Amino acid sequence: MPPLMKLIFSRLALGAVTLLAVSALMFVGIELLPGDLAQQILGQSATPQTLAAFRADLGLDQPAHLRYLDWLAAAAQGDFGNSMASRRPVADLLSTRLANTMFLACYAAVIAVPVAILLGLLSALWRNSLFDRSVNVGALGAISMPEFFVAYLLVLFLSTRLGWFPTLARIDEAASFGDALYRSFLPALTLILVVIAHMMRMTRAAVINVLAAPYIEMAQLKGVPRWRVIVKHALPNALAPIINVVALNLAYLIVGVVVVEVVFSYPGLGQLLVDAVASRDFPVVQAVGLFFAGTYITLNVLADILSILSNPRLRHAR
Amino acid sequence: MMLKTTTALAAPTRRGFLAGAAAGGMALGLGLNTRARAAEPKKGGTLRVGYTQGSTSDSLDPATYANDFMFATSYAVFSTLVEIAPDGTAQPDLAESYEATPDAHVWTFRLRDDATFSDGKRVAAADVVSSIRHHMGPESKSGIKPLLAQIKDIRADGDNVVIFELEDGNADFPFIFNDYHLTIRQDKDGAIDPESRIGTGGYVIEAFEPGVRIELKRRDDYWKAGRAHFDKVVLLKVGDPAARMNALMTGEVDLIDRPDLKTIHLLKRNRNVKIHTQNGTLHYTMPMQVTAAPFEDVNVRLALKHAIDREAIVQKVLKGFGTVGNDHPIASSMPYYNAELEQHSYDPDKAKHYLSKSGLSSLDVTLYTADAAFNGAVDASVLFSEAAKGAGMNLKVSREPDDGYWSNVWLQKPFCCSYWGGRPTPDLMFSAGYAATADWNDTSWKNERFNQLLAEGRSQLDQGLRAEIYGEMQQLCQTDGGALIPAFGQYVSAMSTKVQTPEQVSEMWDLDSTRFIERWWMA
Repeated sequence: MPPLMKLIFSRLALGAVTLLAVSALMFVGIELLPGDLAQQILGQSATPQTLAAFRADLGLDQPAHLRYLDWLAAAAQGDFGNSMASRRPVADLLSTRLANTMFLACYAAVIAVPVAILLGLLSALWRNSLFDRSVNVGALGAISMPEFFVAYLLVLFLSTRLGWFPTLARIDEAASFGDALYRSFLPALTLILVVIAHMMRMTRAAVINVLAAPYIEMAQLKGVPRWRVIVKHALPNALAPIINVVALNLAYLIVGVVVVEVVFSYPGLGQLLVDAVASRDFPVVQAVGLFFAGTYITLNVLADILSILSNPRLRHAR
Repeated sequence: MMLKTTTALAAPTRRGFLAGAAAGGMALGLGLNTRARAAEPKKGGTLRVGYTQGSTSDSLDPATYANDFMFATSYAVFSTLVEIAPDGTAQPDLAESYEATPDAHVWTFRLRDDATFSDGKRVAAADVVSSIRHHMGPESKSGIKPLLAQIKDIRADGDNVVIFELEDGNADFPFIFNDYHLTIRQDKDGAIDPESRIGTGGYVIEAFEPGVRIELKRRDDYWKAGRAHFDKVVLLKVGDPAARMNALMTGEVDLIDRPDLKTIHLLKRNRNVKIHTQNGTLHYTMPMQVTAAPFEDVNVRLALKHAIDREAIVQKVLKGFGTVGNDHPIASSMPYYNAELEQHSYDPDKAKHYLSKSGLSSLDVTLYTADAAFNGAVDASVLFSEAAKGAGMNLKVSREPDDGYWSNVWLQKPFCCSYWGGRPTPDLMFSAGYAATADWNDTSWKNERFNQLLAEGRSQLDQGLRAEIYGEMQQLCQTDGGALIPAFGQYVSAMSTKVQTPEQVSEMWDLDSTRFIERWWMA
């Protein structure tokens, strides 16, 4: 499939350019913020001499463009340097947080994606039924509330009132897998409730759209059962938009959950990024930011490839 | 369990008791006080704490400590030469005793000889010298550096004695060594390893994930008698107030700091939770720059000081968790507090009287404010503006952005909102924000008599004379100074009823001046 390979390569090249642009934008953004790392860490107790000592120590007295180029040269070779605030290697800082973030994202995705698609298919199957209406109302209700509010409601009912789940999602090395699933159930459920509506509504709409096509009518006239019409005839042709929405939501599960992390004190990448921005810790901000940007780019490329694969008309260039 | 307690209490040698005046003696005294209430400290249990602050950028380097999480860790794992006792006085801690020359110029600290690091090594004078030097000199980036600038020379005299020579006499010098920056680390070739986890405190670090949690375990060979009661301590960073309060309600943590005052009544519904308040040194100020019109006239300052309804601010903004201020920065829990001063209160007639004395018929001023100054500053400013109307003044409230408030508004605008965390002594407080030469003299107030008294009091070792001096300085601040100080805030925390506190706690800072890990226990 040479056209597909060409597409993948061009997308990857574009992705690399995007990452470069993102890193430059982040650098400028941090430079524009008032105060630097020395001021943030020393706070009210800063005096001109301590600030100067701090800056010289960290190389912050160098001109901005030189600092950026230094960082870029090292990063291109895979060395993301040390955190300026804690002096620990960025790779170390990132690894545990990254594992936590991926754990929570996978946890939520593994439940949310199948459930959303199933609910979408069922509500397309029983369109305008009581089931369809109630699923829609429930999903739209969950998505219209801000995620921290959903989280607080879950804490109030499932934790404070009923005492079934812990309010703090504490994950540490000592916790077993089952333990980790139990402790992070509430944040995962919050995320599930937040992302399900989008995917479920798109599945429903895409399938219903295809259901109006003549070949579906043909299948029905042949006497194919209704669920079979949907799964075998309609779904494959509705996959492209569904895949795109799923990819968008997966990206959100990885990069957009800082509010949920805060409510449950979950040690994920979002909190790391917020801390790093607050202390103007440039290497950490860059590493986390690039990871987030990379996630978006990869998932989008993946979605494009999968939609092409799912559609024979796109697979063969005419 | 009981047996274990008694052995642990008796363990640290007779010397500790004979040292008498030292920390050991104080702890013993406390034990006697609380025995009447049958709440004797008990060993054991795990304390889990939900803390507001804490950041991924935290490190064990004492020069970089910037939040409560690290302050508490610092006091638990390391120790200081001097600690501030619950009664507000300085008491020797790693030091056994200290004394000054009559002019308070040269201070000699004698170290305890039973204090050991967690690796078994004894604390030596060289350790102290290197630990203090870590915060001095051009290379240092420590927050306490300005306070240590008064030290001309530190030297070890033998293995047990450290001598400090100061630029000027300072009778309050020992108080500085309570600071969490100045914990004592091991010396290695004339310097300390700032990241080292080896300390002299009652606990050792089992796991540390910056910005997430720290787990501490009690040292079996801790040298200080009657301290460090919990077996284990876990500090968790829980930044969200609702999450913190929920975790306490469901019993996932035993203690939280800074509960949300707006919803604190909900915590009171839970019978297993108690609220703990301390009359701290934290206070909210509205500095007027006395070099700018119209504040250069003392009558205008006095008029404004009588046009603010302090009681309303305490009730409505602080939700009752505070006390009214009297326009000087010395808290009632601090040494040399002047209780004789007449309380300034809301009195429109008096305000009008002072205003007419200044020759003005009406007053138009702008108060710059933002919640960055303190939580509720905007509300307090609006309340002030409404109360001032009653005194015929037009006080315009200008709300400024939170970002950059400290660099764009504070010290820049002639009348704004601010706050001060406390200092342990009047001298430290006045030197930081009220001395003519202070960088942070945010009122530009340069009262000759006040500054003369400040210098006099600093090197004065006679307690009676010092009380007189600081009493007069508080009065000068109140009647002449540019700072309008409407209220002192209380430190509020909440904990499980199982957590026990001594009858008297140190109120200087939150949670027994952040030494709760070593001083509190589990029922």
